[in-house]
Order: sequence, then C-alpha cells, then structure tokens
Amino acid sequence: MLLLSIALIVVDHNSSTLKPLRDLLSVFIYPIQYIVDLPDSIFNSTVESFKDYEELLSENKNLKKQHLINSAKLLKFADLEKENIRLRSLLDSSFKLGEQVLVAELLSVNLAPYEHVVVVNKGSRFGISKGQAVLDENGIVGQVAKALPLSSEIILITDPNHAIPVQVNRNGLHTIAIGSGQLNKLNLPFLPNNADIVPGDLLVTSGLGGVFPQGYPVAVVSSFVAQPDKPFAIIQAEPSAALNTSRELLIVWHNVQVIPLSTPVVVKKNGTD
Amino acid sequence: MVQTRQVSLLGYWLTIILAMALTIIPWSAPTLNLAPDWVLLVLIYWALASPETASVGKAWFVGLLVDVLTGQLLGQYALAYTVSIYLSIKQHKRIRHTPIIQQSLFVSLILLAAQIIIFWVERINGQAMPMQSWLPVLTGGLIWPIILMIMRKIRFFSY
Repeated sequence: MLLLSIALIVVDHNSSTLKPLRDLLSVFIYPIQYIVDLPDSIFNSTVESFKDYEELLSENKNLKKQHLINSAKLLKFADLEKENIRLRSLLDSSFKLGEQVLVAELLSVNLAPYEHVVVVNKGSRFGISKGQAVLDENGIVGQVAKALPLSSEIILITDPNHAIPVQVNRNGLHTIAIGSGQLNKLNLPFLPNNADIVPGDLLVTSGLGGVFPQGYPVAVVSSFVAQPDKPFAIIQAEPSAALNTSRELLIVWHNVQVIPLSTPVVVKKNGTD
Repeated sequence: MVQTRQVSLLGYWLTIILAMALTIIPWSAPTLNLAPDWVLLVLIYWALASPETASVGKAWFVGLLVDVLTGQLLGQYALAYTVSIYLSIKQHKRIRHTPIIQQSLFVSLILLAAQIIIFWVERINGQAMPMQSWLPVLTGGLIWPIILMIMRKIRFFSY
C-alpha cells in the first residue's frame, strides 16, 4: 500500500498517465459534489420561481434594452473587425479568429483551504480540456486546471500558484500578474520603480503564453508603492471579474490557428450560446 | 454475524460519504482554516471501534477518493490515511479502554502524523503550506469526543 501510494505520487507528479484513473474515480465523487451543491441550487431556483410578475417584467424590459444596445455595438464591432483584418493584411501580419464559449455553472463546493480552486458542472464530455481560459461578464476568472468527465476544476487568477501575462491597456506595457491568495488582490512584482503605471490603469490579457485570448480585462491597478532601495515597486491590482459572486462562468475556446494572408477573409460570429 | 458485518459495512461507507461531503461544504474562511480532516476522523473511529470492518486497504482507497475530491496529487491522502489507519488498528486494543481525554490526545497524534506526510508531499510538489494549516490537528483532537458520540449513535442505530 505504502509503495503503491508513493509510486502513484511520483507518477502523478511527473506525468499525466494517471488521468484515466482520476477520471474514473471522479465519477464516484461527482454525486457527493452534487449533493453538497443541492441546497444552494434548490434555494436559488425557489427564489427565482417566487419572483414577482412586475419584477420579472421590468427585468425583461431592462434586458431587452441592454440587448438592443449590445447588438448595436456588435454591428459596429463586426465592421471594425473586418477593417482590422484588412489593415493587418496590409501590414503583412496575421489575424486570430474569434472565440467560442460555453456557459458552465459553479458548484458551491470548496476543495482545499489556501487554494483558490472552484468546480463547475461541465467537464471533458462537453469538450473542455486543460488550460482553457475562463471568463465571467466582467473579465478573466481563471483557467481550467483539471478537466474531469462530469465536472472540471478551475484555478482562479488569485491563487498564489497562478500567474497571468497582462498588458497595461493605456500604453501596452507588458508584465505578469501573480495571485495573492486573497480574492480581491493581484500582485505585479516585476515592474521597476519608474514604470509608467498608475492606480486606475486597466490591465488586459496580453495573449502571450497562448493560454488566455488577447484583450480581455483582468484587473484594475489599485495601488503603486515605489521602493527606491529595491529594484521593483510594489504594485497591486483588483480583479475585474466578480470572483466571489458570479455563479455562471464562460469557458472559452480560442482558435490558435491564424488566417493565412492569401485566402479571402471570413469573419466568424462570436459566441454560439 | 454475517448480517451485522454487512450492516456495519453499510454504516462505514455512509459515514465516509458524509465526511467527504463535510470536507467540501463551503465554510466561511476562518472556519475553513480550522476544519479538521473529517474523513480521517471517521476512519480512525472505525479503526478503533471495529478494526475488522476498517482495513488498511479500505483506508487507502478512501484516501485515493479524497485525493480526487480535493484535486490533490493522486496518492497523497492515500499514503497519509494508510499510515494513520495502520497505526490506529495496531493500537486499537490499548486505546479503546482509555479515558476520553487520552483518546483525544492519541487522535491528535495520528492527525499530526497524517499532516506531516501531507506536508512532505506538498513540499516535494513545490507547494508551500502556511503555518495555520497545522491548526486542524488541534481542532480534530478537540472535536473527537463529539465525533465519538455521534458515530456511536449512528453505529448502534444501524444494528
């Protein structure tokens, strides 16, 4: 038993050959996660079904208004995207296709203390795989850490073991944001004291590293403390995504293949859901 | 005899599943840091109360399930649970008849052993564990009398 577990630890640490075993065991585990989540989801659905007619009506009205505004913006967006592709082809550079998303619901379970890992109810049976970016309506939430058959584990950007390549939206300055272990804080430890960054700057994904699609908001710089006696300043940022309140998350497929310059340009519609 | 054995096996798995559910219930942050290892406490109870039901092999399998449940390295909890349940079964005749405070101390020691193993594995894996992660060892010992009471109720109810 001892030898077997040590062998398992070593193999799992060094390779991914044990994935089938983990997948198999996770099928036993899923009912437990489901049961733990049940009270919460029953509560939510009851609250929803007892909502006032008036309230629903006004919510519907607001949503319709929002939808109108958004579709108008999208019209503009499609036009801009085409223009962007045209300009890029003039500049001899390539363009990345749009992304596809899947909506997954959070299970209210808590895995290990000191780790910011959450579980969602969609897994590899929906085509989810390790390393996909996860968003909510406000920005980047994290990435898929493990894709199990019925559920998947998502590591948040605030986990101390997670780092995300970002860019200051105002001037394009590249850096890396590292999780702090607190849900409302990211650290930017690799910028010098004279870096052009001020509180209020929006950080977006830079697309370097290939995990996260480019240009999604990540965080807003909240404090900048220069340390004249040290090479790097202390910079903190607050994640844009509502990490502790959102219940629905978007899992993104982003096509890494680029459109060759010679073929005619086809713009893919964004999002299927 | 066969009848009671089956019944206690049912109780064994039911309580383990209950403990696993307790492990992943979203506690608020301060209580989460104090929450003891429920699964291991239940396993220790079965090892002390009926060592013929709780074998080391079963503890190993439960540990493997907990590894998947908490998304840790496969084998980490399996190793910790195997060692601690082996120690518990080895000592069960001596511990069963001692006063409850002494039992709590013993349970704390077992929890400490398991925590040390988990600490080592996480260290090798490159994850730092903060100092507070040793607190559950104490709370586990403190909560042992309550666990004992509840588990006895469950066990004799199922007979």
